[in-house]
Amino acid sequence: MGVAVRVIPCLDVDAGRVVKGVNFKELRDAGDPVEMAAVYDAEGADELTFLDVTASSGERETMVDVVRRTAEQVFIPLTVGGGIRTPDDVDRMLRAGADKVSVNTAAIARPELLGEMARRFGSQCIVLSVDARRVVDGPATPSTFEVTTHGGRTGTGIDAVEWAARGQELGVGEILLNSMDADGTRAGFDLELIEKVRRVVDVPVIASGGAGALEHFPPAVRAGADAVLAASVFHFGQLRIGEVKDVLRADHVEVR
Amino acid sequence: MLDYGSGNLRSAERALRRVGADVTVTADFDAACEADGLVVPGVGAFAHCMEGLNAVRGPQLIGRRLAGGRPVLGICVGMQVMFDRGVEFGVEADGCGQWPGTVERLKADVLPHMGWNTVTAPAGSTLFNGLDAGTRFYFVHSFAARRWELESSHAIRPPLVTWAHHGEDFVAAVENGPLAATQFHPEKSGDAGAQVLQNWLRDVVG
Repeated sequence: MGVAVRVIPCLDVDAGRVVKGVNFKELRDAGDPVEMAAVYDAEGADELTFLDVTASSGERETMVDVVRRTAEQVFIPLTVGGGIRTPDDVDRMLRAGADKVSVNTAAIARPELLGEMARRFGSQCIVLSVDARRVVDGPATPSTFEVTTHGGRTGTGIDAVEWAARGQELGVGEILLNSMDADGTRAGFDLELIEKVRRVVDVPVIASGGAGALEHFPPAVRAGADAVLAASVFHFGQLRIGEVKDVLRADHVEVR
Repeated sequence: MLDYGSGNLRSAERALRRVGADVTVTADFDAACEADGLVVPGVGAFAHCMEGLNAVRGPQLIGRRLAGGRPVLGICVGMQVMFDRGVEFGVEADGCGQWPGTVERLKADVLPHMGWNTVTAPAGSTLFNGLDAGTRFYFVHSFAARRWELESSHAIRPPLVTWAHHGEDFVAAVENGPLAATQFHPEKSGDAGAQVLQNWLRDVVG
């Protein structure tokens, strides 16, 4: 027996409401995040992730309130990402009841931020979120994957696999690996991306982007994912958490 | 619940309330000394937690409670600091010294050990009373007690040590008279964690 592969539903939250768009472009309202968190907990989710997609910084307090209300009634780990720019942002979310905070764009602008956060709060609560895609225009990167910003629309030229390794060096405790090519397609996880990142880091890797059917999950675990994350397939009831665990169990993967 | 500047106390506070405890979060020595039960949480680095504990005379507080047979529950790094010392990235720090041994980095392919794992509890365990063998608890840590070094004589009731495995065996929980501790987070372990807290609480109030 060993540690179980985690199945993590992700709730994209805008101004206190859950949304999920196809490639982040068409947003659909899917409900109250606190209520959905409780439902996912009851269905056997191993963790929850909230991604704050709110555009205006004036709405940030709304997210703090959502986190606080969720942590009051859900007793499984909660990760919050989106708009985390400073150690004080991390502090605010942890105090509200988050267990982990994921950092994305702010770390691209200033990688040392990850080290500062890890030293202050501990590696175990700092997650590096990497939005990766295959390079389509611009110079090739060694791994063929690059880091993107703005929901995958803007390439940075930074090698995504090297960036994940750098994050680990700087002290993050986990990598949330989002395939922006696969995101919203429901055609399966990007297995090559998972394999390449797995080879260079020994912190846990959460695979995200592309889940559309039950048979997509076991290959992601075989490629090296310690956890699998999905959003829309869970929100709209296309797949249930328990079904994902059943298919993993049938593939001899330990689940809770 | 001892407030010595270590991370998120709210989760543990709410989880204890959920199982019926009247919880006060405090750094006050006398209040913490006199409570029916004391919870010592802890996240982050061992040395950093010890600095915070020392600032509120935590080691003396814990020692005084235990000398009087008053229950203490350590959680995560709050368990690790009960050992003699911790070594993290070459930095060695003294712990509270309630148990012999050193908290060290686990030898495992993937660290931190993050997620839900099973434990092997000994017969007679109070903390795991009513929980099935395959029950999983939420762990998040890279360091652990990889050995249990307290020799038991036949004259005293031996400590009950619960083990878990990630790369290698490590101590997942200890029940040693009034001192109990878990490496996992009962406050984040859903209903199974609530059962552990309730078992501890029931023991506290007798």
